[in-house]
Amino acid sequence: METVVFLISAAVILSGALGVIFSKNPVHSALFMVQTLFGVAVLFVLLEATFLAAIQVIVYAGAIVILFVFVITLLGVDRAEDLKVEPISGQRPLAVVLGASIFGIILTVLIVAVGGPTGGQAANTPIGDATDNTRILGEALFSTQVFSVELTALLLTVAVVGAVVLSTRPTKPLISTLDEQQNDTLDDELEEKGGE
Amino acid sequence: MIITTTWYLLLAAILFSIGTVGLLVRRNPLIMFMCIELMLNAVNITFVSIGSHLNDLGGQLAVFFVLVVAAAEVVIGLALVVAIMRRRSRTNADDLKILGG
Repeated sequence: METVVFLISAAVILSGALGVIFSKNPVHSALFMVQTLFGVAVLFVLLEATFLAAIQVIVYAGAIVILFVFVITLLGVDRAEDLKVEPISGQRPLAVVLGASIFGIILTVLIVAVGGPTGGQAANTPIGDATDNTRILGEALFSTQVFSVELTALLLTVAVVGAVVLSTRPTKPLISTLDEQQNDTLDDELEEKGGE
Repeated sequence: MIITTTWYLLLAAILFSIGTVGLLVRRNPLIMFMCIELMLNAVNITFVSIGSHLNDLGGQLAVFFVLVVAAAEVVIGLALVVAIMRRRSRTNADDLKILGG
């Protein structure tokens, strides 16, 4: 049973990932990404990380992909890039070689490590079963990890403020462009300095 | 056939490689962001499967924080893309070589 679920969700994840990088239309890429994210959520359920599975669907598929789709709506989809043109010659073969070599490195590690990963239990927080997952995770987050939780709160606040600052339409241009005259005087000053 | 942790790690490795290739090949900044999300998801699978293997909650805690950072990163990144698009009509990663100075 577990094997079947794993194989099906693996197929869903990988086909979605390939769809993301091969679709011309960004909207299709976003939808394929939803497919991948749901597959990952199924894997989380299989690993008894039920809270993370719910968060995966709500935050990733519900918030992040919606954000992507909104931006695509804002910018328009008619700028589908031409996948046949290769801007830098040899970029694609090199990219494939690099990706394959990263995969090869990880595969080598997996093959060398016979019998799966080893290691000890780091903290004294065992996982518990699936029904208990949310309670245990919450207790750990607000006792041992409370400082990190406060830091993420700060991070999210900074991100929201940054997004608002970046997306407000500035009344005057953010980068003041020098006009011709200023440019000329600047050049003269530079020349004078160079002469000295 | 019994699914062990190694299978999960193998799947995560393939997903990470696909994300890397996509990030290097595509030039649309939105799709490059999506590829970064794919790579983050591959790492999340690794964290949860090894945490489950060692019966340790640390993996799931790490995934929680990765999710928060991913959300913040997407918000800032998309705001940057929108701000750039407002000044220039068409944008892909190669058009921004003006940033090189």
